[in-house]
Amino acid sequence: MTDAHAWHVLFGNIDAHSWAFVRAWDNPTVSEVIAAVAAAIVVIAAAALGALTTALGKWRYLWMEWFTSLDPKKIAIMYVLIAFVMLFRAVIEGVLMRAQQAVAVNSPGFVSPEHFAQLFSTHGTIMVFFMAMPFIAGLFNYIVPLQIGARDVAFPLLNSISLWLTAGAAALLMASLVVGKFSTGGWTGYPPYTELGFSPGVGPDYWIWAVTLGSIGSNLTGLNVFVTIYKMRAPGMHLMRMPLFCWTALCTAILMIFAMPPLTVATALLALDRYLGYHFFTNDLGGNMMNYANLFWLFGHPEVYILILPAFGVYSEVVSTFSSKALYGYTSLAVATGAIAVLSFTVWVHHFFTMGQSADINGAFGIATMAIAVPTGVKIYDWIWTMFCGEVRFSVPMLYSLAFMVTFVLGGFSGIILAMPPLDFQVHNTVFIVAHFHNMLIPGVLYGLLAGYHFWFPKAFGFRLNERWGRIAWACWVAGFFLTFMPLYVLGLSGMVRRAQEVFEPAFRPWLFVSFGGASLLLCALVALLVQLWVSIRERADNQVFVGDPWDGRGLEWSLSAPPPEYAYAVVPVVHGRDTFFEAKRNLNARPPPERYADIALPRNSAAGVLIGISAAAAAFGLVWHIWWLAILGFTAIWAAVIGRSFARAVYRIVPAAAVERTEARWRHAIGDALPVSRACETTSANRGLARAPS
Amino acid sequence: MSADELGHVGSTLGERAVFGFWVFLMSDAVIFALLFATYGSLLDATAGGPTPAALFRIGDSLIETWLLLSSSFTFGMASIAMKYGNARENVGPLLAWSAVTVVLGLSFTGMELHDALTLFQQGAYPSRSGYLSVLFALVPFHGLHVVGGSIWLIVVMVQLLTFGRDVRVNMNMLRLGLFWHFLGIVWVAIFSVVYLQGLIR
Amino acid sequence: MAVVATLSGCDVAGHGFLNAHGPVSSGERHLFCIVASVMMLVIVPVLVLTPLFAWHYRLRNRDHAYRPNWKFSWWLELLIWLPPSLIVASLAVLVWRSSHQFDPYTPLPLGAGRIEVQAVAFDWKWLFIYPQSGVAAVDELEIPVGHPVHITLTSATVMQSIYIPVLAGQIYAMGGMVTQLNLAADRTGVFMGENTQFNGAGYPRDQFSVVSVSDTDFERWVARLRTAGSALDGAALGRLSAKSVESKPLYFATAPPGLFQQILARVRSSAPVADAGAR
Repeated sequence: MTDAHAWHVLFGNIDAHSWAFVRAWDNPTVSEVIAAVAAAIVVIAAAALGALTTALGKWRYLWMEWFTSLDPKKIAIMYVLIAFVMLFRAVIEGVLMRAQQAVAVNSPGFVSPEHFAQLFSTHGTIMVFFMAMPFIAGLFNYIVPLQIGARDVAFPLLNSISLWLTAGAAALLMASLVVGKFSTGGWTGYPPYTELGFSPGVGPDYWIWAVTLGSIGSNLTGLNVFVTIYKMRAPGMHLMRMPLFCWTALCTAILMIFAMPPLTVATALLALDRYLGYHFFTNDLGGNMMNYANLFWLFGHPEVYILILPAFGVYSEVVSTFSSKALYGYTSLAVATGAIAVLSFTVWVHHFFTMGQSADINGAFGIATMAIAVPTGVKIYDWIWTMFCGEVRFSVPMLYSLAFMVTFVLGGFSGIILAMPPLDFQVHNTVFIVAHFHNMLIPGVLYGLLAGYHFWFPKAFGFRLNERWGRIAWACWVAGFFLTFMPLYVLGLSGMVRRAQEVFEPAFRPWLFVSFGGASLLLCALVALLVQLWVSIRERADNQVFVGDPWDGRGLEWSLSAPPPEYAYAVVPVVHGRDTFFEAKRNLNARPPPERYADIALPRNSAAGVLIGISAAAAAFGLVWHIWWLAILGFTAIWAAVIGRSFARAVYRIVPAAAVERTEARWRHAIGDALPVSRACETTSANRGLARAPS
Repeated sequence: MSADELGHVGSTLGERAVFGFWVFLMSDAVIFALLFATYGSLLDATAGGPTPAALFRIGDSLIETWLLLSSSFTFGMASIAMKYGNARENVGPLLAWSAVTVVLGLSFTGMELHDALTLFQQGAYPSRSGYLSVLFALVPFHGLHVVGGSIWLIVVMVQLLTFGRDVRVNMNMLRLGLFWHFLGIVWVAIFSVVYLQGLIR
Repeated sequence: MAVVATLSGCDVAGHGFLNAHGPVSSGERHLFCIVASVMMLVIVPVLVLTPLFAWHYRLRNRDHAYRPNWKFSWWLELLIWLPPSLIVASLAVLVWRSSHQFDPYTPLPLGAGRIEVQAVAFDWKWLFIYPQSGVAAVDELEIPVGHPVHITLTSATVMQSIYIPVLAGQIYAMGGMVTQLNLAADRTGVFMGENTQFNGAGYPRDQFSVVSVSDTDFERWVARLRTAGSALDGAALGRLSAKSVESKPLYFATAPPGLFQQILARVRSSAPVADAGAR
């Protein structure tokens, strides 16, 4: 007994059968083997990355230049990298689910019911918390300071902590592939199914702690972005002169600050139920599962606006830049953004119209839901009218924006259907709703993120992405989306439920096959993006845009070199109006040389973020497996890092004026050497990043 | 170069630090507000177990209130000492008032802990009913904040001894002050919504 | 959505509410058609103008005006804000009215006698108790045509959702709580019912049949259960409480009176449901 007891103290509830490999060995079904292969990929990839880094001797470089950096530009790139890795995993999970449903018509298919349930749970959790949120945080971190004329965000260390909390939570999710199983309760984790009585394994615990860590990271990012925009705009950059992307960032940040706490409460109370036997959401002794639904969706609805508003900001930037025209209706767009942010807190009940509320309550929330359609529609019309009397170029970001405009409205259509309680009663929890929210998330959020990626990649890395592969990826995303999700609208109206590992209606089969074909196309789209990156890196010498303005951009970020120096602005600009850089270019005063250079203070690197992220992930892992010493150690280490860091005094380093002047001189020399290109030639290798003013 | 001369026009480091902390407190306030809402919805979920009227003793709650609100007063005195003490090294009064605040804060949580143990002995433990679950979430959540704030204050005291009243220590005290008074306000709400309401109903 | 309209006669959509077999679902179908038509006013301009503007104003087309600084027009603002607001306002009236008209808790104003059913959701089967006749069935809901049916629901396990697409919308069934659903069938037939709230490995098979028959056939069915059905005793409830799927419907001759309330009370106090029938 002593040995077993010691094992239990050291390793908690982990035993031989916790490991995916052991489970597959004992019971080699296709389902278990797939799980084991996934686990193997995680282990091998981690080991390979570690070995490669060691072989190339790059640990010091990674630590000094990236992991401990407080430069928001580097933090942004790490965020987007996390997002792409998690996107890859989640798309594969989606394809697996579509394949299973195509095959499992009156047949068990190849994925077991429990495995299928884990798939839809991880797919949703990853896409929302570990793909979209980090991608958005990445775009905010890189672009917002540059667009408002600031060198950094308000709280650089907090920024790093947010990044590493997110990375730690993502690592926890990857660990769940190798040891243990993930929750089968969906990304929403409804009790009492996720209570200990009905889900006794570690799955819901993995979900709770991964989501908690990620949501704390997002909360802090929102705080950071909010204070940055509110307090650090360049002189003359009034709120109504900010680029629209910063308006959407401001409203998204407010949503993050107020909408993440309800999620923290929901998961924390569920954790209390599971760990300490509390009765918040149980069937018995006074628990009330309806409280969970209210708490979760009080977070969940603003969350979808957290996801979509930054995409709307990207579309504003992209449509006006690639129409060579000022954004139509700037004031309306800013007002509509604010209205959407406020209204998003008033509609949460529409996620559970079927829970038995009175008609009065359902009706009121249905009306509020419809009200949000107005400012959203206004935005779409404003983008359309931006193209009016413009000069539209069909660059890859613009292609995504156009595809968004025509496809997103179909999601709005299905949204209005869902906003009517009696109609929601018919399509709730069917694949109609799956089609609806993917209709909003893929054409809405994902196309926006990809448009932003293509738009700002040259700024961050100094060379343009390959156009041809960009178009191939775009075509696959658009066609893939239609083929995958339009059949689901039809199936939902035909009564097919969601989250079904097996279906029993032969009439559903052809639609499910088409849907699987579409999902395969989506996988091709993802692969095309990877190929594009590979090809672009290979061809980067031909596509250098060091001067920094490849698209004849409008905002301040295009007035810097590509990539910008670490201090971004040698001298903080003074702003005189909207689209300030664009106006300066038209006045032939695009990049006025400063009178003199001064020393610039930048934050020193700090290991605090990395330590906090690793400790938090370790503590979470300990909580999942009841390894109490690890949980306590990790928790203590977090606060030790925080307290230790608070004793640091010399937290800034100086970039001397002479160094600044040298960097700037090199850049201005390149500007002098470059030939300006017209918009017709912007995707050729003649484009060195200098835009020719139209005659 | 001092932290203030960073070239970010429009706001100083201190302004941003305090403003940012206010924003953080607002999201903390949302968490408390939702716990209060959950409390309201589970007020009748006693499942045949102990009810508020049976459990609460007004005397203890009053003493706890006095302890916590006094600690807000003593923290205020510490803040004044921070602002108006002369030399940077003159940390005596500031340390003294901070020490008293810590003692009051930890006494408050000590009493709460004692109360909780008493309730457990009476058969009122969180897994008994939905009502007791939310009671043992809302009140301890506040108590944990007080413990956290006390630890924070001890750390600040150590930093005062190490660095004197320099800029970063002052910024720390400013934010801790907001935190401490915020907890006092939340306690007034807890006292009213939980204890007074429980005894009146 | 136009695709859906053309497919309403198609095989697959026959399984959903577009192929309504009762007053509630046909009302909902009517509502769907109204909303879909109104939304065309919003969708079509976007679908038309977007490609139109993008193509006409493309860079390589020399034949268009270029006004790089045109960014506001009061008339256009009016056109952008007002019609959508008016459409949403009128839809809002529709939302309010229809939410009340199709409230699942409102009894249907049909003349014929109301059939009371008490439904308990298990993992992964549905128990239907008929308190008026004292019989019960599992995974088969027999109803007489044209009669309003009033279903009271609870769950013996986790949150579930009862959904019979061709008859009515769904409503959740939750442990320790009671919800209600009112529906009726306007023709005979066998329809599909299912659970839409994921509840574990047997979830895809958590389905039941709804059998709509004439009045006389309904009386015969009740009588047949009374003679040939088994007893809904502790052993039967124990079998229902196990995590399993029933491959065929089960029939019970005697459901103890007050069984539904007892199950409810036991779930609330975490006592085993299998003992609910015991006296």
